Amino acid sequence: MAKIPVVFIHNGSERASFADPGQNLLEFLRRGVGDLSPKYGCGQGTCGACTVLIDGETHLACLTLAESVAGRRVDTAAGLATGATLHALQEAFMGCFAAQCGYCTPGMLISAKALLDRNSAPSREDVVEAISGNVCRCTGYEPIIEAVLTAARGRARS
Amino acid sequence: MIQSVETYATMAEAQRAMGAAAIFMAGGTLVMRDVNAGVTATRIVRSSDPALADIRLTGDGVTIGAGVTMAAITTHRDVTFLAPVARAVGGPQVRNMATVGGNLFAPHPYGDFAVALLSLGARVNLAGQGGAARPLADVLRDRSRAALVTSVQVPRPQAPDDFAFLKVSRIRPKGVSVLSIAAHLPRQGGRIRGARVAFGAMGPMPLQAVAVERVLEGQALDAARIARAAQVAVEGLDPPTDALASGWYRREVAGVHLRRLLERMASG
Repeated sequence: MAKIPVVFIHNGSERASFADPGQNLLEFLRRGVGDLSPKYGCGQGTCGACTVLIDGETHLACLTLAESVAGRRVDTAAGLATGATLHALQEAFMGCFAAQCGYCTPGMLISAKALLDRNSAPSREDVVEAISGNVCRCTGYEPIIEAVLTAARGRARS
Repeated sequence: MIQSVETYATMAEAQRAMGAAAIFMAGGTLVMRDVNAGVTATRIVRSSDPALADIRLTGDGVTIGAGVTMAAITTHRDVTFLAPVARAVGGPQVRNMATVGGNLFAPHPYGDFAVALLSLGARVNLAGQGGAARPLADVLRDRSRAALVTSVQVPRPQAPDDFAFLKVSRIRPKGVSVLSIAAHLPRQGGRIRGARVAFGAMGPMPLQAVAVERVLEGQALDAARIARAAQVAVEGLDPPTDALASGWYRREVAGVHLRRLLERMASG
């Protein structure tokens, strides 16, 4: 089976890697590109652990054909920090103890980032809606919601 | 095991490339599940036709490209009557991916958007079959053999209150349907003319509630009529049992939810 070359923008830098026919973006990012931040949860679009941004919109990497991101921008939780400086959302997740086992955290961060990118002052309902496609198997939703609201308030101040 | 992914510039070409070993992929939310599980065809066929993402006003209706996403429906000014339906589909990520065309092929208990289209009397344009669009009900009846969908033609409700949609799920805001109901009840001089009511998750595919339509047709939407409609809600339906609800439960509650929806429409 012929490999398919895929050139795309990964967390701001151009990357090229080979995909198998029918390979999903999650496997491609983890095995081909070496970005382990999107997680494999269900493989059927239920849990949101694999959430990434494609051209700024949240998508489920496990249900995205790897080759379909050619020429597009893919952003993952691995690209949130700038050097040693964490993203405001990451700081807030730490401050609010919003990670328990941590498995859903990269997906939660990406869904939260997509929200804050278009709505800098979200209501609690906006946050609940924004993370409604992300399952936390520890059921620790309250600290997550609080963290997103805290990050939004912090950004508004700065 | 997928051996090839083929992308065609037009839907007509994609249609010609289909065959027993091929499956057409749009947003991927249905097909990639099967690809990941290793239970699908060996060829994936796609189309990059930009017309698939079009939403166009046409006379007293709107033509929606099969590749239009649920997220696009929630924000487009020409389809505001469908925005609440699209918002009820999946979570934000799924809405960014899932398409109008794909929803027509979503297996039970999915396909809430198709339920709304069915109640509106939508017609379906198929690739390589120039000419008349087919009634959605016909396409839904034999989904496995349908040609590729290029767009759907949706009559727009004359008044906003003529159309309403309700989804019942166990988890909010994102949950799979226990059942969904869509009703299009155009009224002339206080009487319903051309009643169409459809159920989702109450059968193997979105289904018209023919008995309910018969009870409502030509009548005023008053308390007595709504009670009568609720009584016949599940006539002719044999709802399935799954992890979300038993067929018995669906039968028991369908009339209750239909009554609530009709009361909402009656009070405007």
